[in-house]
Amino acid sequence: MSVVELAAVSKTFGRGKTHALEGIDLVIEQGEFVSLIGPSGCGKSTLLRIVGDLIQPSSGSVVVNGKSAHQARLDRDYGIVFQNAVLYEWRTVAKNIALPLEMLAWSRAKRSERIGELLDLVELTGFENHYPWQLSGGMQQRVSIARALSFSPALLLMDEPFGALDEMTRERLNMELLDIWRETESTIVFVTHSIAEAVFLSTRAVVMSARPGRISGIVEIDLPQPRTAETREDPRYFELVTEVREALARSGAEKAVEQELVAGDDQ
Amino acid sequence: MSVVRRWLPALLVFAAGIALWQFVFSPLAGKFLLPRPSAIVTALWDNHGVLLRAGWYTFKEALGGFLAGSFLAIATALVLARWRRVGEALMPYMIAVNAVPIIAFAPIANAWFGVLNPHSKMAIAGVLCFFPVLVNTLRGLTSVRPESIELMRSYAASQVDVFRRVRIPSALPFIFTGLKVATVLAMIGAIVGDYFGGSINALGVQIENSISLFDFPLGWAAVVVASAFGIAFYLAVSLAERLAVRGAPSTAD
Repeated sequence: MSVVELAAVSKTFGRGKTHALEGIDLVIEQGEFVSLIGPSGCGKSTLLRIVGDLIQPSSGSVVVNGKSAHQARLDRDYGIVFQNAVLYEWRTVAKNIALPLEMLAWSRAKRSERIGELLDLVELTGFENHYPWQLSGGMQQRVSIARALSFSPALLLMDEPFGALDEMTRERLNMELLDIWRETESTIVFVTHSIAEAVFLSTRAVVMSARPGRISGIVEIDLPQPRTAETREDPRYFELVTEVREALARSGAEKAVEQELVAGDDQ
Repeated sequence: MSVVRRWLPALLVFAAGIALWQFVFSPLAGKFLLPRPSAIVTALWDNHGVLLRAGWYTFKEALGGFLAGSFLAIATALVLARWRRVGEALMPYMIAVNAVPIIAFAPIANAWFGVLNPHSKMAIAGVLCFFPVLVNTLRGLTSVRPESIELMRSYAASQVDVFRRVRIPSALPFIFTGLKVATVLAMIGAIVGDYFGGSINALGVQIENSISLFDFPLGWAAVVVASAFGIAFYLAVSLAERLAVRGAPSTAD
């Protein structure tokens, strides 16, 4: 069953002046881990927000879980994680995680049981009463992932969730995310500008080009599951990294991606 | 020890200031223009019953105005933050009203509510409080990170939820900044309202009367009492802020 179906999706900003996205066709099946990779300005974050019904497309159709993206949002069919953890600083870790559950009117007992499970899942047991500013960036992002998973959505939308973290933390969280993906059997759409991250995590990497944002190629990542630290040393891994890099180069984007990696920012 | 060390410089400045005032400035200026601190303290002690009662009376005027003005300001800010078009339509007039010297409004408020009625002073204090609370609250409510709102939208949150769970909590530090400014303005409004006539129990009237009788030490003592109430008011709101605002002060990034 397909979880996300995009057909001829386009988006222009500012009275047609900026073509953010043009003619995006993409089908994402249940259980897939799909990365959207491309240079800044290729509209990958915009595309993610269109799937989440946070931005309206100018044209084209968006179907999520077999219904309109709008209905899927109203049904709380997806969880979202941003580049910044977006934690509410007046709430403790436990209360930040419980935010969506409060809105779904879960009972206090059910909430606290679920918080316990999630803290365990993201390895933050013992930090439930800490405030966000008392945590490192990586820990904050884990809280934000736990919050997105709290109500067990079948679809997880992630907008460069590890983009602001150092390389070591990023690699560790990549492993944790893969564990979570396997355990929850969810579908993940993951925006990144790191080739290595896209290849390591995904089952498919969707390569995008900029201005207007288009899909310029899709690379099937056929590395064996489960991925481990050794995966990064697999010759096939390097072939796929090269393949994605070449796909980016064909879209005239490689230079932009490199610049972006140096800048470490996609605003 | 560390407490003493921390406050010692401030205390030394205070002691030096009082000493200069007592032994240098007052003798130079004469006892009418600048009574000695010792004379003020004596006046304060001799009249403490009357002064405290007057201070309490005027503080109640200030508090009434503060509560009414702040409540209206916060309510208005919520409306303006929720319906931006309303805000765009009203804001120019709010700014124009704020430019009116409110003190000019004091005799009118006295005429409206009655000179002896504390409501006339509350009206002046309330009008003075309104704008700073409005502006700070509105800034707090609208300077939420877009992603915080997107997150709430992803949960299909209603506007009520967005305000209750995000906008209002993140505006609290801003609201308290406005309220602290308002405490000072409320005391000023109440006392100045008294100057244009009021109950003999009011502090502003006490100050007026003692000055017109050339009892300057008593006038100064009344000012000291007014300051004490003003500082206590400010500290009470600061304490409420500490209790209400959880976590670290918000760091904009």
